[in-house]
Amino acid sequence: MAGLEIRNVQKSFGTTPILHGVSIDIQDGEFVILVGPSGCGKSTLLRMIAGLENITAGEIRIGSRVVNAVPPKERDIAMVFQNYALYPHMTVRDNMAFSLKLRKAPKDETATRVNRAAAILGLEKLLDRYPRQLSGGQRQRVAMGRAIVRDPQVFLFDEPLSNLDAKLRVAMRAEIKELHQRLRTTTVYVTHDQIEAMTMADKIVVMHDGNVEQIGAPLELYDRPDNMFVAGFIGSPAMNFLKGQVTGNSFRTDGGLTLPLPTRGARPAEGQRAVYGLRPEHVRLAEGGVPVEVAVVEPTGSETLVLVRPPGEAAGTDLVKDLGRDMACVFRERIAARPGERIAITADPNLVHLFDPESGRRLS
Amino acid sequence: MADIALDRPAAASREGASAWSRLRTSRGWLGLWFMAPAALILLLFLAFPLVKGIWLSFTDTRIGRGGAFVGLENYEWLWDDSVFWLSVFNTLLYTAIASVAKFGIGLYLALLLNKRLPFKALIRSIVLIPFVVPTVLSALAFWWIFDSQFSIISWSLRHLGLLDHNIDFLGDPTWARTCVIFANIWRGVPFIAITLLAGLQTVSPSLYEAATIDGATPWQNFRHITFPLLTPIIAVVMTFSVLFTFTDFQLIWAMTRGGPVNATHLMATLSYQRGILSGSLGEGAAIATAMVPFLMLAIMISWFGLQNRKWQSG
Repeated sequence: MAGLEIRNVQKSFGTTPILHGVSIDIQDGEFVILVGPSGCGKSTLLRMIAGLENITAGEIRIGSRVVNAVPPKERDIAMVFQNYALYPHMTVRDNMAFSLKLRKAPKDETATRVNRAAAILGLEKLLDRYPRQLSGGQRQRVAMGRAIVRDPQVFLFDEPLSNLDAKLRVAMRAEIKELHQRLRTTTVYVTHDQIEAMTMADKIVVMHDGNVEQIGAPLELYDRPDNMFVAGFIGSPAMNFLKGQVTGNSFRTDGGLTLPLPTRGARPAEGQRAVYGLRPEHVRLAEGGVPVEVAVVEPTGSETLVLVRPPGEAAGTDLVKDLGRDMACVFRERIAARPGERIAITADPNLVHLFDPESGRRLS
Repeated sequence: MADIALDRPAAASREGASAWSRLRTSRGWLGLWFMAPAALILLLFLAFPLVKGIWLSFTDTRIGRGGAFVGLENYEWLWDDSVFWLSVFNTLLYTAIASVAKFGIGLYLALLLNKRLPFKALIRSIVLIPFVVPTVLSALAFWWIFDSQFSIISWSLRHLGLLDHNIDFLGDPTWARTCVIFANIWRGVPFIAITLLAGLQTVSPSLYEAATIDGATPWQNFRHITFPLLTPIIAVVMTFSVLFTFTDFQLIWAMTRGGPVNATHLMATLSYQRGILSGSLGEGAAIATAMVPFLMLAIMISWFGLQNRKWQSG
């Protein structure tokens, strides 16, 4: 096993720059997730680690070895593809044994390793089947088995769960995490799903437009996002951003709501323009709070999502002009309010954020 | 749509069981009617000539004179005919060499065209040209290229000082066979190359990436991924290729008419010569019928040997 070091790596396709200098340190045995919207360069970065794409500039090290010019098969990595990339003309056993066969490993060693991987993943009964005879989840497991058999220094996962249905995805998520806890192999995992990232990772790398926006533990990103992009990307439903300015001891939004200033960090200057970041789950119902008008109520059972707007405002105006939607609130309690009615809310001052409206960076 | 389908049985029972209502309500009947035109065409233009040909081979029919049933006499006659056996040998040789060469070159071209090349679309259309030109036209061109006096090959070699006389390409048996096989390969390669290229493009690139990470060299990629995944298409395209080559007529007839001394006579050309030109329809039909077992064999081999793969879906 080995760590992974990515030093100022850049990538361009022709004249189009894809990655603008990315640096990430990954410790031995760590589970790191690259997350970001489509086109942010996360898959390209993973493919560069695998050796499937050239590195335009910068350096990638696996262990202590610079691998920029090392062909994929000598990098000692294994990759699980989004579409699994199982060889359709080989049985599960042959799929898993393929890399060993190419290495001309002895037959009994191959059999031992394939059987061990099959036992880890519960694939023993499927070894003689062809990929087309397997369900999506089973294919996913075979793809992982193929990686495990090689006993590599680094596992690479490229959106491995995005072809599965929602229920199976949750199950496989737990399975992959458990597998990692068992094998302790350094893992780099790409996804666009922030819930996957939050639930599985030791460390999350949030990427956007070819740059790293923030690197940190899941709860660190949730509690202290460096900028508006990370704040809006991590967490579901997404954080509300309200434009306004600091007035006295509170924050007054352009829509006319008065909300408490954050207790953490340095106190902002009077009259300073800022963006107020408020997660839906950090909104509280409060007697004597800010009155707002209910637009939509969406009960999910365990909690209730309520979209609200300042009283008397038409849909989508003023409050969060830049996002063009109403403010989302999530309440643990059941809300009896109907659209058009008014409720009083407030924000927990320990859990709100202020951002610079120009740069989007956190103010603190 | 769903409402209409549900209404039908009720409507039919109201109208009674006339042929028309049965047609309207029964999907089986409707299917039969839709298939009828195609079946008719197949019967009229495929089954009938085949049966008629086989029947003719058991008669002594000549052009202009109806014949009588003579049993296996035509076949007994052919059994002792050295020219017939020569044509069988020629046909097998022609088919074997041309098919293998066409497959090899076609596969090579397909692999080449599947790579990132500059001017890919242009090169692809150039590859298709031999297939687009009418066979007779290209045969005429080859006839000129291999002409005993005006051959451009002989001319070039003479002017390069490599040769002091013209090669009699179509006059010498070995040369003549080589030339017609060459012409057939030239003409048949595009079909195979383009079809295999289409097959190659259905192979997901991630399979190659997975194999590369698994440690496969380019040759192992081909050997373990490309080739096995291409076998279903190879089976189909080579079956067609073998059938077309085995029954080839145009190229030979335009270039050599079976000569010299029957060295390039194929079963198809011999059948035409005996049946139409000499007028012995019965004997010509017997030669043509003798091709059927060979063709059936080729189809069987491809069907049972190559096409049924356990891993294929459907």
